[in-house]
Amino acid sequence: MAIKVEMPKLSDTMEEGVIAKWNVEEGDYVESGDIIAEVETDKATMEVEVFDSGTILKILAGEGDAVPLGQVMAVIGEEGEDISEILAEAESGSAEAEEPAEKEEEAAGQEKEQEEDYDPVLEDVDKETATAPDSDGRIKASPLARKMAEEQGITLSNVKGSGPQGRIVKSDIESYEPAKAPSAAVVSREDKEIRVSQMRKTIARRLSESKYNNPHYYETVSVDMQPVWDARKQINEVSDTKISFNDIVVKASAAALRKHPEINSSWYEDKIVEHGDVNIAVAVAVDEGLLTPVIDNTDQKGLQQIGIETRELAEKARNRKLQPEEMEGSTFTISNLGMFGIDEFTAIINPPNACILAVGAIKEVPVVEDGEVVPGKRMKMTLSSDHRIVDGAMAAKFLNTLKQMLENPLGMLL
Amino acid sequence: MAELQFREAIRAAIDEEMAQDENIFVMGEEVAEYNGAYKVTEGLLDKYGPKRMIDTPIAELGFAGIGVGAAMNGLRPIIEFMTFNFAVLAADQIINHASKIRYMTGGQIKIPIVFRGPNASAGQLSATHSVAYDSMYAHFPGMKVIYTSEPEDAKGLLKSAIRDENPVLFMESEQMYGLKGEVTDEEDFTIPIGKAKVKREGSDVTVVAHGKMYHVATQAAKQLEKDGVEMEIIDPRTVKPLDIETIITSIKKTNRCVIVDEAHPFGGLAAEVGYLIQREAFDYLDAPVQRVTLPDTSAPFAKNLFDEWLPSANEVIDAVNTVTYRK
Repeated sequence: MAIKVEMPKLSDTMEEGVIAKWNVEEGDYVESGDIIAEVETDKATMEVEVFDSGTILKILAGEGDAVPLGQVMAVIGEEGEDISEILAEAESGSAEAEEPAEKEEEAAGQEKEQEEDYDPVLEDVDKETATAPDSDGRIKASPLARKMAEEQGITLSNVKGSGPQGRIVKSDIESYEPAKAPSAAVVSREDKEIRVSQMRKTIARRLSESKYNNPHYYETVSVDMQPVWDARKQINEVSDTKISFNDIVVKASAAALRKHPEINSSWYEDKIVEHGDVNIAVAVAVDEGLLTPVIDNTDQKGLQQIGIETRELAEKARNRKLQPEEMEGSTFTISNLGMFGIDEFTAIINPPNACILAVGAIKEVPVVEDGEVVPGKRMKMTLSSDHRIVDGAMAAKFLNTLKQMLENPLGMLL
Repeated sequence: MAELQFREAIRAAIDEEMAQDENIFVMGEEVAEYNGAYKVTEGLLDKYGPKRMIDTPIAELGFAGIGVGAAMNGLRPIIEFMTFNFAVLAADQIINHASKIRYMTGGQIKIPIVFRGPNASAGQLSATHSVAYDSMYAHFPGMKVIYTSEPEDAKGLLKSAIRDENPVLFMESEQMYGLKGEVTDEEDFTIPIGKAKVKREGSDVTVVAHGKMYHVATQAAKQLEKDGVEMEIIDPRTVKPLDIETIITSIKKTNRCVIVDEAHPFGGLAAEVGYLIQREAFDYLDAPVQRVTLPDTSAPFAKNLFDEWLPSANEVIDAVNTVTYRK
């Protein structure tokens, strides 16, 4: 009995998965527990395991194909087994397949044969010859869809077709949302089209929602980092692992959040929840975008542990190995562009957080001390806050607490 | 408005026309003494006498020929066939004479003749008694072909057919003679030949259906309405000349079309309408035009096979689902 391998639900919000890689080919023998493919979801690249042993009889989606949840990706069975029924079912989109017996019973004698496959004169229309293969490079679109696209200046190759064999139809043009036009260049070069990855889609959706819905405002403070500079040097002399400035900012933020629970909160329309735990997410840049792994109970962890966890999570993030649960449950986010030499910047709040802290580089700047201009080490931090939850004064108090902690790092030991 | 049976509407058209033009006469099998095989001409013998209501022997070629000759000599015959399945015996008179004489005489001789009678299948009558001939006759130049679905259309179009100076084939259905429908009381009501009618408005798909198939289409429309699919039904009423403009106007709105035809598929009305649509509305189509027709097989006798053979509402629904991508 052949077994269908369907696109599994690999995260709570996933609706489709993109086949990143097949580890098997048609004809390969697989054992239960083998990882047959890697699938890119909206959050991470996940492994697809099989639960049955047998021969891969058919692979139904290529690398790079987006497969909706529950759709058949592959068929496993005994070599030589007839799987035409499964393939036909997969092609027609699952639920269509009906029992022949049921058909007999229908009093009306319902003719189920679709006109597309059957013509009264031509009889069975041979699908192979009736439809050109996709590989011929021709974009299939209904005449109406072609005309609409031309009128609206839409490039058909950018539109995904929902009709038979991917035919672009009226509804696809109507629901098409064009990408933002690139800024004009003096020298006209050919546009490059980049497929929008699941991660990009998620970033686009979540951050647009945040920026549109959350009334953002920004407060910036300048922190004297000389004390942290000195303390870090001392700590690293005794610590087994190297502590980074960012680890110290994370630790200080966690401690400050504990003192200001209103910052460590979320908006739920009819209520505000001040979270019991302080879970800080750290933004990590990866090739295709960014990920925000979460350090759970940050306030209860020491600098060393924060440092180790951050580097582990960042490493996983860069290798696309983060599990969805490692990116869930944050109550506050820190984005640090200090290593890129950025003085200061504003960040978009990472929902459902109330605030995000944007951390700049530590710079040697002239400062005035006791009427004298002297060299000093300064770092600017900008807090983006959701005004529905956090008012200006609340944000200011939090920032001041954080500033004080960084300027008096021994205080963090308390 | 009066509610009339189909046969009563046809009778009223003949009666009204005969009353105002004494050149009109009816000829055919059982039309006079027996009051018509399907009681269409009931009472007309009493009213107009045996000179204008003429019973013939079972000799279709003969009485069709007499009709053509009478028309050439200035009379306006209405030739009734007991069914168009028997009219194939008179095909030489219809196809080679009635349709061509005006052309061959350079327009000198007009042929104002109506050939009428039931068309297509009517239940278990087997292969030779179940053919829809409207598409076949429409193939030939020089003739008009009408196959209506409702009493009022029948009355208005038959009056126009009788007044036409050219041969007109006016087709009916044994199964529709008892069908009742509102018919206008308007005096001397006629419907111009060659005008389709939008009988149901809808935005999702255009369904072209005439004759008995119109009623199959309305059944499908009622089902699909429950699923939120609004069918626009166009009844061409006249097969030839065909009112393609009304169909094209509708397709420009709905972008999709299904043609329901009671004839066999090859070279039939459905094929012709499909061709015209792709020529006139190519840029407006969102899906290939679908057709629901008889199969390319003669009528079976067995009930279960016959039901399978005749186009059904379910087939129409399937075709609509295909063109609207609702599979």
